[in-house]
Amino acid sequence: MAFNTRIRVPATAKAGEIVEIRAMIMHPMENGFRVDTQGTAIPVDIITDFVCSYDAAEIFRVRLEPGLAANPYFSFFLKATRSGVVEFAWTAQDESVTTASAPIEVT
Amino acid sequence: MLLLAASPASGDSPADAAKAGRRSGYEFLTPPTQQLQNDEFANPGMLWVEAGKALWSQREGATHKSCADCHDDAAKSMRAVATRYPAYSKEAGRVINLEQRIDRCRTRRQQASALVYESKEQLALTAFVSSQSRGLPTNVAIDGGAASSFERGREFYVQRRGQLNLSCANCHDQHVGAHLRGDTISQGQVNGFPIYRQLWQTLGSTHRMFAWCNEAVRAEPYAAGSQEYVDLELYVRWRGRGLPLETPAVRR
Repeated sequence: MAFNTRIRVPATAKAGEIVEIRAMIMHPMENGFRVDTQGTAIPVDIITDFVCSYDAAEIFRVRLEPGLAANPYFSFFLKATRSGVVEFAWTAQDESVTTASAPIEVT
Repeated sequence: MLLLAASPASGDSPADAAKAGRRSGYEFLTPPTQQLQNDEFANPGMLWVEAGKALWSQREGATHKSCADCHDDAAKSMRAVATRYPAYSKEAGRVINLEQRIDRCRTRRQQASALVYESKEQLALTAFVSSQSRGLPTNVAIDGGAASSFERGREFYVQRRGQLNLSCANCHDQHVGAHLRGDTISQGQVNGFPIYRQLWQTLGSTHRMFAWCNEAVRAEPYAAGSQEYVDLELYVRWRGRGLPLETPAVRR
C-alpha cells in the first residue's frame, strides 16, 4: 500500500487573504536507532524533503532529519494573490517522490 | 416488568454509561492530546481511515468484487456495525471481532486472501468501518452463542498473570485515575479502537493493546486474533457498553 497523503487547501480565497495550508503524509520515519524483536537494527527510512509550491513557485521547503515523529504534519500560511494550483511533494531517502495538489481560486 | 421488557433490545445510551461511571480513555488524556483527536485533519488516525476508504472500493480476489460492490455506501451500510462487534457468528460457530468479520468477507465473498493481522490494510479497513459508527453507543450482545465467550472474557479480565501477578482489573478497576510512571491509569475502555497510539507512532488494534498490556505485567502475550483476545474484547466492549465510539481515537 502506497503512502497516502492528506492535504487541505481552501477552495476559494479573497485576493490578499492569508490562508492556512495543511499537509500530512503516512510514513514511519524510521530513525535507524531502533532494533526489531530479533535485535537486528532497523535501517533508516525517512522522508528527506517536503516542498510546497503555489502557481509553480516554491513557497515552502523543509529538510527532514531522522528523529522526527512518524506521519509528519506541516501547517503553514499562504498569502493568496492569484488563482493557481498548490502542489506538495515529499521526497523519500530513496529519491521516490509522492505528490498531491489542490487548486485555489482567488476572487 | 416494563423495564425488563424494554432494556435488552435498546442497550445503554451514552448518558447511561456516564451515569454508571464508565469513562472513555479520552477523559484521561491531556488537553493537547484531546485536541489532536478532535482535529479532523491533524488526527493521524485519519490517514488510515482514508486509506480504508480507498480499499473499500478496490476490487479484490477471484470474484473481482470490492466491498462497495455489495455494501455500497459505507456511511449507510456500515453505520452502527462496529458497535455490535465482537459478535457471535453462526457461520463461524464462535464469537468473531470486526477484523475477523472483514476477513471472512474477504475469504468467502471476495475469495481473496485473508489480511495479515495488524497489517496496514487490516487496520485501515477496520478503522474506516469503525469510524462509520462514530458517536454511536457500544452495544454488544452477550447472550445466546456469545454467552460462553463472554464468560471466558470475564475470567481473563480478573485472572492475575505474569511476573507482576496483576490482572486487568487490578489496574483498570481498582486504580483508575492513579499514576503509573508518567501515565494516568484509565478504565481500559476500547471504544476508540483502532487507536493512533503516540507510543507506537501508528494505528493499533485492541489485540495489540492487550498484548502490550500483558507484556507490561511480564506475562506471555497471546497472538493477535486469538480466541482468548476475542473473548476479552467482547467482555471489555460490554464493560464499556453505552460509550460512544471514537474511532480513530488518539491515545498516549
